[in-house]
Amino acid sequence: MAFAHKHILGINELSREDIITILDTAESFKEINTREIKKVPTLRGKTIINLFFESSTRTRTSFEIAGKRLSADTVNISASASSVTKGETLEDTARNIEAMHPDIIVMRHSASGAPHYLAQRLNCSVVNAGDGAHEHPSQALLDLFTIRQHKGRIEDLKVAIIGDITHSRVVRSNLYALNKMGAEVRLSGPGTMIPPGIEKMGATVYADMNEAIDGADVVMMLRIQMERQGKSLIPSLREYARFYGLNTVNLKLARPDALVMHPGPINRGVELSSYVADGPQNVILSQVENGVAVRMALLYLISGVEHSEA
Amino acid sequence: MASGQTILLDSAGVNRALTRIAHEILEQNKGSKNLALVGIRSGGDTLSKELAKIISRIEQVDVPCGSIDIGLYRDDLSSRGTVKVGPTDIPFNLDGLSIVLVDDVLFTGRTIRAAMDALMDLGRPRAIQLAVLIDRGHRELPIRADFVGRNVPTAKEEKVDLIFDDNNCAAEVHLLKPRVK
Repeated sequence: MAFAHKHILGINELSREDIITILDTAESFKEINTREIKKVPTLRGKTIINLFFESSTRTRTSFEIAGKRLSADTVNISASASSVTKGETLEDTARNIEAMHPDIIVMRHSASGAPHYLAQRLNCSVVNAGDGAHEHPSQALLDLFTIRQHKGRIEDLKVAIIGDITHSRVVRSNLYALNKMGAEVRLSGPGTMIPPGIEKMGATVYADMNEAIDGADVVMMLRIQMERQGKSLIPSLREYARFYGLNTVNLKLARPDALVMHPGPINRGVELSSYVADGPQNVILSQVENGVAVRMALLYLISGVEHSEA
Repeated sequence: MASGQTILLDSAGVNRALTRIAHEILEQNKGSKNLALVGIRSGGDTLSKELAKIISRIEQVDVPCGSIDIGLYRDDLSSRGTVKVGPTDIPFNLDGLSIVLVDDVLFTGRTIRAAMDALMDLGRPRAIQLAVLIDRGHRELPIRADFVGRNVPTAKEEKVDLIFDDNNCAAEVHLLKPRVK
């Protein structure tokens, strides 16, 4: 098995074979999460630091649980409670943490490329848990895993991604991932939220959401990120919901067995109506469940690489 | 033979060994009550299924049979890096059962140590016994097999390989000597 990545910085750096290795490994880890004793001793003695400069519940908890179920010691640092608020630079913070000899730093930062910057400067492994509007690799991998679990394959599926394409790192990672796995990606959202030239990344852009959903196997809805720049780009949330919200009516355009996905947290009544969010086609909680197995696979695979080099 | 390959057991030999082991397992456990087989992937899981078939022919009952992957319990992650982790599939509750661990080749004993740890994480078996097709010696841990197909003295550099036929049944056991320089 040739998994040669010490860091997981983005899907862009991974090959199709790497992605399949990660998904297959995650398949084996899934069973651990249903055991009575949900723990294996694999990463005993390893220290994982979750360094989160942006708020996160799902991703951070998921990485923390993934580390703990592999018996690693996980430590959480969030920016609001750290010396970052006292004016320390990113590099200084990271160097201080590294002085305590962690094995893996899992990092989320508002600046695109921040994990790459640290990966070049630190000796430990760095896992990108979301950097600005750039990539969110573990999310895209768990999305692939969930699609493969429900559809049996990823190749040739039509995947529609609807929402704020410009500011979404989930879209960027999913574009790389879905294209590498041979799926057809369709994007739709308000004109102010579609970056020019996104087609070059391998997607078809539709102004009309209904056209994007038509015949789709997977409909992936994105959250309007109110904490970022949502407000100035759309006239109102009600208007956004009317044109780019998924409800029981427009969901009928997709294939009858289409999956409804969402990276969370959901704004009910905005991008997803409650009927759809709780409906039979939603796999949103299965995404969250699979997230733990996928992140366990990532932590396991990079831990082995670091040492087989030495 | 150019590569220094010897056949330790042919397919009839493998079958005879498995049949004897099946009888010994039943004899020692006084039947198949509260008995379950767990094969260590990969190699042992195929053998455990064959043993289960033989036991059900003898006793006319099906014994529960599962497989376990020890990838996550290895002690050499630091020196050998990650290996492919396969699924563990034990579709029954281990509590109170006598478990017969099944592996193809018993060597250092480290795999068995890992498998026992993995089993203990899944439940509390009443007893764990060990059945192997080949015991080649060179133990590094205080572990011995309860049921052995054949004891083979080997040199540490040699390799013992279990070969499967097209139907994924154990067919032959080979001893590979390293090339003499």
